[in-house]
Amino acid sequence: MKILVCMKQVPQKDAPLKLNESGTWIREDVSYEVNEPDAYALEEALRQKEKHGGEVVVITSGPARSQQVLREALAKGADRAIHLEDNAFVGLDALNTARAFAAAVKEEQFDLIFTGLQSDDYGYAQTGVVLAELLGWPHATIIMHIEKNDAGIRVKRELEAGFFQFVDMPLPAVLTIQSGINKLRYATLIGIKQAKNKPLRKVAMADVQSALSTNLQKIERLYVPQKTKQTQFLEGPAAEIAKKLVDKLRNEVRVL
Amino acid sequence: MADSILVVVEQREGKLNRVSWETVAAGQAIAVDTGWTLEAAVVGRGVAGFAGEIAAKKASKVYAVESPKLEPYTPEAFSAALKQFIESKQPKLVLMPHTYQVRDFVPKLATAMGRTAISDCIGYKKDGSNLLFTRQMFQGKLTADVSFACDAPWFVTFQNGAFRGDKAEAGASAAPVETVNVNIADGVIRNKPQDVFKEAKQAVDLTQAEIIVSVGRGIKEQKNIELAKQLAEALGGELAASRPICDSGWLPMDRQIGSSGQTVAPKLYLALGISGAIQHIVGMKGARTIIAINKDSEAPIFEIADFAVVGNLFDIVPPLIEEVKKAKAGS
Ligand SMILES: Cc1cc2nc3c(=O)[nH]c(=O)nc-3n(C[C@@H](O)[C@H](O)[C@H](O)COP(=O)(O)OP(=O)(O)OC[C@H]3O[C@@H](n4cnc5c(N)ncnc54)[C@H](O)[C@@H]3O)c2cc1C
Ligand SMILES: Cc1cc2nc3c(=O)[nH]c(=O)nc-3n(C[C@H](O)[C@H](O)[C@H](O)COP(=O)(O)OP(=O)(O)OC[C@H]3O[C@@H](n4cnc5c(N)ncnc54)[C@H](O)[C@@H]3O)c2cc1C
Repeated sequence: MKILVCMKQVPQKDAPLKLNESGTWIREDVSYEVNEPDAYALEEALRQKEKHGGEVVVITSGPARSQQVLREALAKGADRAIHLEDNAFVGLDALNTARAFAAAVKEEQFDLIFTGLQSDDYGYAQTGVVLAELLGWPHATIIMHIEKNDAGIRVKRELEAGFFQFVDMPLPAVLTIQSGINKLRYATLIGIKQAKNKPLRKVAMADVQSALSTNLQKIERLYVPQKTKQTQFLEGPAAEIAKKLVDKLRNEVRVL
Repeated sequence: MADSILVVVEQREGKLNRVSWETVAAGQAIAVDTGWTLEAAVVGRGVAGFAGEIAAKKASKVYAVESPKLEPYTPEAFSAALKQFIESKQPKLVLMPHTYQVRDFVPKLATAMGRTAISDCIGYKKDGSNLLFTRQMFQGKLTADVSFACDAPWFVTFQNGAFRGDKAEAGASAAPVETVNVNIADGVIRNKPQDVFKEAKQAVDLTQAEIIVSVGRGIKEQKNIELAKQLAEALGGELAASRPICDSGWLPMDRQIGSSGQTVAPKLYLALGISGAIQHIVGMKGARTIIAINKDSEAPIFEIADFAVVGNLFDIVPPLIEEVKKAKAGS
């Protein structure tokens, strides 16, 4: 199976975030990491390839810094990478991001495209499904298991509150992958070495521009949320905090 | 034609999803602020009964969008049905709850119509003639006001809990109900869904627990779970966790709290090293008292905590266990 995995670089989970000057995004000077479900999507693609043969290709769009996620993916075993490299790519909405991906891979024939189920930064939870619609392919979301069969694939969708559902679908298809579908592997030293010689194709904004439109939505303003609940912060050395907490548990929460 | 708002309610497996009332309440509020009319629709096979139920609420009309091909749910059939229906009615704004089902088909529907969806919103604002939709970003650390930069119809999905379902106003008289049969061509549906099921039986029922000590990724290593367990035991409570802890197999799945786990409402919920992502919060915000211990003063969990400790859980939990034991021994 030939599988494309969309991997996005996002600010690290506990990075302190500062607003940029226009108040529409954060300042770029934070540490980045791979979007968590995308790491699981890559792992799943590598496992499918190990079972059925084929090729795993990873793609990202973003500035030069985002090449890091591709390098890591190549070190873990992806065969090649595609980088839509331009600062302007991050300003695209999900529809245009998906259009850019579709344009960048239009010469290729994938059996499957994996995306994460949503990003940790913007969190639109749409890019994979939008891409499927643009390509005219079937899709399934929030996937926790994938099995190939003669007719195509059988996938396990996660539903709310602990429910699941199997869905049979033909290929090619787009799947959005949920964190926890598998156990992640680490890159090996040998993998890291080999990654240096693996192909990485760069795609410029000019190469896909004709497929894009202006954004259909606009971020007017980004801000720190207002607190709605009265929170009491308990301070002091640990031993004192422990005493204060027990006092609250006894006299206010009344569970002791 | 006057501008209208269309609320698409959710039915699944013969039941109206209760979150639908929240979306109706959202639609009613926006209708008041904009002067637009409010209509509602329910999509499926044999859904006229649900339409009747919705028609008791204040709305100018309720549609049952019907086709035998809408059962069982597939994103293809739902997208095709709603596209036909929305193209014929041309609402300005289309509202839905941000459920697993909606997030499965709305991006497809909006794309098929050359439009966009602002997803997972927690509210709206009217800014002059402009409508802004508020959504959380960066896992709840920041909030954004987002507007549409394209023609209607505008698609918006609202997060579970964003509006109060019990605030959905009843109408003076029942709204008229109309059945609209849609045509879904052969070959549109490619997915073959099987029956919905629940994984293994749950061994623990956390919904009955009065005290829950819950651990998140801040616990760092599997062996440290023991520390939280000791605190739970000292308090006479149950141990629970955020999803990554269960995904890693450090605690069984049936101890997971959140949208894909259990929903609990204990007297006390003590969150250790949990950031407070919305998918976790929906499972525990009903707790009477929430205590959070987190080293990051900006962790979103503090927004819903009654008592907060900014600090290292490994410093605070050991003396806390001792103090709880002392208090219990003394009482
Ligand atoms: C008006 C507007 C302005 C924006 N401005 C900025 C900005 O200044 N800076 C900025 O960093 N972001 C900005 N964004 C965020 C934007 O780049 C989104 O990331 C993009 O629209 C995709 O949506 P998402 O991240 O919510 O993806 P989701 O739909 O939540 O992501 C699902 C999956 O799609 C895949 N995916 C999505 N995006 C990428 C990508 N770039 N590369 C590889 N895979 C991907 C991943 O597999 C991911 O798990 C802006 C968005 C909008 C709408
Ligand atoms: C469709 C969907 C369904 C989901 N369902 C669920 C669900 O049911 N339940 C659920 O929980 N999640 C669910 N999630 C995942 C959710 O989005 C979050 O990723 C998850 O809740 C984060 O878990 P966490 O808070 O333990 O980890 P993190 O977000 O990594 O937070 C760890 C926290 O620990 C703190 N910390 C670190 N070290 C220490 C220390 N020494 N002392 C004190 N604090 C420390 C950090 O400051 C941080 O705030 C779902 C996601 C999706 C997209």
